[in-house]
Amino acid sequence: MTIDWTAFTPWTAAAGGAIIGIATAMFVLFNGRIAGISGVLGGLLKPLRGDISWRVAFVVGLIGAPLLYALVAELPQPQIDAGYGALAAAGLLVGVGTRYGSGCTSGHGVCGLSRFSTRSLVATSTFMAAGLVTVFVLRHVVGA
Amino acid sequence: MATLFALLAGSVFGIGLLVSGMANPAKVLGFLDLAGNWDPSLAFVMAGAIAVGVVAFAFARRRTVSLLGLQMRMPSATQLDRRLVGGGVLFGIGWGIAGFCPGPALVALGMGEGKAAVFVLTMLVGMALFELIERQRAARLAVQGA
Repeated sequence: MTIDWTAFTPWTAAAGGAIIGIATAMFVLFNGRIAGISGVLGGLLKPLRGDISWRVAFVVGLIGAPLLYALVAELPQPQIDAGYGALAAAGLLVGVGTRYGSGCTSGHGVCGLSRFSTRSLVATSTFMAAGLVTVFVLRHVVGA
Repeated sequence: MATLFALLAGSVFGIGLLVSGMANPAKVLGFLDLAGNWDPSLAFVMAGAIAVGVVAFAFARRRTVSLLGLQMRMPSATQLDRRLVGGGVLFGIGWGIAGFCPGPALVALGMGEGKAAVFVLTMLVGMALFELIERQRAARLAVQGA
């Protein structure tokens, strides 16, 4: 293993993480809910009365965040190397997987670990491991 | 009021993803590529978020209603089952292929990225598929129980 010192951004990473932490804190303290994005989104596909507007609002906030960000600083350009076919397959896997596993990086990784949930620890370890293995296979086995 | 706070929380969350670099798939994959040129940044994102989260959830645990007077809805499930692990495996594979998880994909969609739109669309199809399968399973169990 070599560390990519040019790409490594510990300060903005930790600061961005703290902002994410503040958002989950707001959501649990005011709305009384877990800021788990797959759960918020997935709930819209099984809509219940009185349970829709806050979900839509949260998702709109996420999608609108770049607009707010662009008011004060230049937006960082995302680099998406995967092709359209790979992205479509990945989207399907993430959609099905996060709903079966009851959460994603936000719900299990941030909120769950902050609550010391054993289920979330197991889930986070599992998707981290699967992600590491997938990237290893794609970059060093198939793509080598 | 709950809707307004949800909008605010979603916006702050998205800004955090942008500041942290998580909204950039190449950076996420750089973290997942242990065997290559490894970028440890994402571990710092998690540490920063959890450091704040631990305090917030410690407060939340002692409350029966939220600051807006809403019922606290914390997960109650504790079982470690095949669904939890199997779902995690599928999600992890998809995450490793694209470098996107649900939040960053929505933020990148807001930046007008066509590739993010494809990912979000198929992710919604996957979630709908789950609902469909679950509904059939529930119907099957109901028939068996009758």
